[in-house]
Amino acid sequence: MVFFSYLISGIGLGSVYAIIALGYTMVYGIAKMLNFAHGDVIMVGAYVAFFMLSRFGLPVIPSVLITILATTLLGVTIERLAYKPLRNASKLSVLITAIGVSYFLQNGAQLLWTSSPKIFTSIVGNGSLSLFGGSLTVDYATLLTILVCIIVMVALTLFINHTSTGRAMRACSEDQGAAQLMGIDVNKTISITFAIGSGLAALASVLLCSKYPSISPTLGSMPGIKAFTAAVFGGIGSIPGAFIGGLILGIIENLSKAYISTQLSDAIVFAVLIIILLIKPTGLLGKPMSEKV
Amino acid sequence: MYKKGIEDMKKLLVLLMSVLCVLSLCACSNNSSSGSDSTPADSGNPSAMKIGGSGPLTGGAAIYGIDVRNAAQLAVDEINAAEGYDFFELKFEDDEADPEKSPAAYGVLKDWGMQVSLFTVTSGAGAAVAPDYDADYIFAITPSGSNTALVYSDSTNYKTNFQVCFTDPNQGTGSADYISGHALGSKVAVIYRNDDAYSTSIYETFMAEAAVKGLDVVYEGTFIESDTDFSTQLQAAEAAGADVVFLPIYYAPAAQILTQANNIGYAPVFFGVDGMDGILGLEGFDVALAEGVYLLTPFAADATDDATVHFVTAFEAAYGSTPTQFAADAYDTVYAIYQAAKTAGVNGDSDPTAITDAMIAQFTSMTFEGLTGTATWAENGEVSKSPKAVIITDGVYVSAE
Repeated sequence: MVFFSYLISGIGLGSVYAIIALGYTMVYGIAKMLNFAHGDVIMVGAYVAFFMLSRFGLPVIPSVLITILATTLLGVTIERLAYKPLRNASKLSVLITAIGVSYFLQNGAQLLWTSSPKIFTSIVGNGSLSLFGGSLTVDYATLLTILVCIIVMVALTLFINHTSTGRAMRACSEDQGAAQLMGIDVNKTISITFAIGSGLAALASVLLCSKYPSISPTLGSMPGIKAFTAAVFGGIGSIPGAFIGGLILGIIENLSKAYISTQLSDAIVFAVLIIILLIKPTGLLGKPMSEKV
Repeated sequence: MYKKGIEDMKKLLVLLMSVLCVLSLCACSNNSSSGSDSTPADSGNPSAMKIGGSGPLTGGAAIYGIDVRNAAQLAVDEINAAEGYDFFELKFEDDEADPEKSPAAYGVLKDWGMQVSLFTVTSGAGAAVAPDYDADYIFAITPSGSNTALVYSDSTNYKTNFQVCFTDPNQGTGSADYISGHALGSKVAVIYRNDDAYSTSIYETFMAEAAVKGLDVVYEGTFIESDTDFSTQLQAAEAAGADVVFLPIYYAPAAQILTQANNIGYAPVFFGVDGMDGILGLEGFDVALAEGVYLLTPFAADATDDATVHFVTAFEAAYGSTPTQFAADAYDTVYAIYQAAKTAGVNGDSDPTAITDAMIAQFTSMTFEGLTGTATWAENGEVSKSPKAVIITDGVYVSAE
């Protein structure tokens, strides 16, 4: 039974990575850039949600909607100001800019809200579901995270496969130049991708903080890196890949903490990543790369 | 445009001059009313003794730094009022509890001409400047830095450095003694932060004393600063059957641990040390989760002795919050310096070396009665003072004796 409770908390942690990884993988798949500021957009989302829920005492649903609106606006603004001017620049410049944006957001948050931690009140309450006569417990935040994660994944897959905007996104992902020739507004499509990715960041922030309630300006960085790892693990650009990658990462991390060493768990996680990438360079569900001649 | 600028400048100058005049008039009248000569320097009063100090005024540990600064300022104000002139002057710099920033704060304070120092509030930041105080021969006494690295290293004893709060080894030993002495539980789990000197040094002395007292430590879990998920450690502690969880860590991760333990329905006795102090002031934290948590602290704000009541009332009136033990330690520190300075007869005009000599001589020989207990100091700068435990009940500290 103890094994199952480790497994379930691993799934809980993994589902948080998964929902963050969805944002990474979506932007990478379509815009072909690593948005390292994604974790910090989550951090801003967490503060917005905190102020809505705790300071202004708004109910959960309006708070979440306002948070989604706020991070979407932030994401689109970042894209417009920092990434769009670099559309034709080298990939490396965009990457460095993304890191710059990440630091800008972190330090801005430190100035605005100071770095003393605040405690987020879970949107589903601090309780847990008891199974098998109390020998196995699953907290509500974990259940909600898994549920939201699955809904988001299905909705995104449907959106990308069955709408015209989704088709435009897939076209951009395959070949931006050709998509433009076919009359697709590439800039607009990429902006929409950012808007969706940042909206997902709002959901991720609320779920992350319901599970791990302490919020501080650096809150997004470590989960951000782990989620990025999860996205690579599952095959970056692949939406189900991000979900599976996140879950596996969370489970490996928790089981190695429980059975091997709490100190070595991160090392083990990244060692597994290296092994997977050696065997399957495009990740678990990544499309095999073909050399273009 | 240019001419207008000059005109403005003139107006400003006139305004400044008049303000200065008024100020000097005030100063005159003040002094004449107290019956002394026209300027402080001529009044026979020595100049103020400069007390420096640094601590986190921003950042994750800001609760400690702000409380220390406020309480030290309160003590300085009280002493100055009692003396009738500025006996002390306090300058407190922000070091964000960062060992890379405290040397800069030290530089600023040294340039300002500090004669005595409150050292740093946190251990990590203090360890970075501990050799500097010794090298520059400035007496430094930390209200709250509990790691012994502040007062001596393996190879040298920093002659100038002293502590007011009990040391980390003291806390680990005290916690193990308390848990076994009061039979809080039969099986103990420890969760500590292994990338932090404060946490690991308490852990080590706790384990040593636990072995002596025959405490059954069934689980040892670690985490690092960036960790937010403690569910595995808690589940493992629960699976090992621990009914006491010892947390030699700061309040921010402790708040996460309490929340997550509650989420999984695990309710052992949680036992913290002085780093747990501050948890009740954390914004958004549900204090009900801290119900029944024990912590070692030398000071309980609800105590009814005159000195504590006076301090708590004055602190609340001045800053609008209940003082933590760090505030009490800082208040004691300033009064201990005061006692030493008065006995030795040194003041702000004394030679810097003479001040340091006098302070070291006084501290190693005197007994100080403060809010946080009766203290004496050893040659190596460690304080001898016994830790007391409190239990959190209905969101306040209640003495657990």
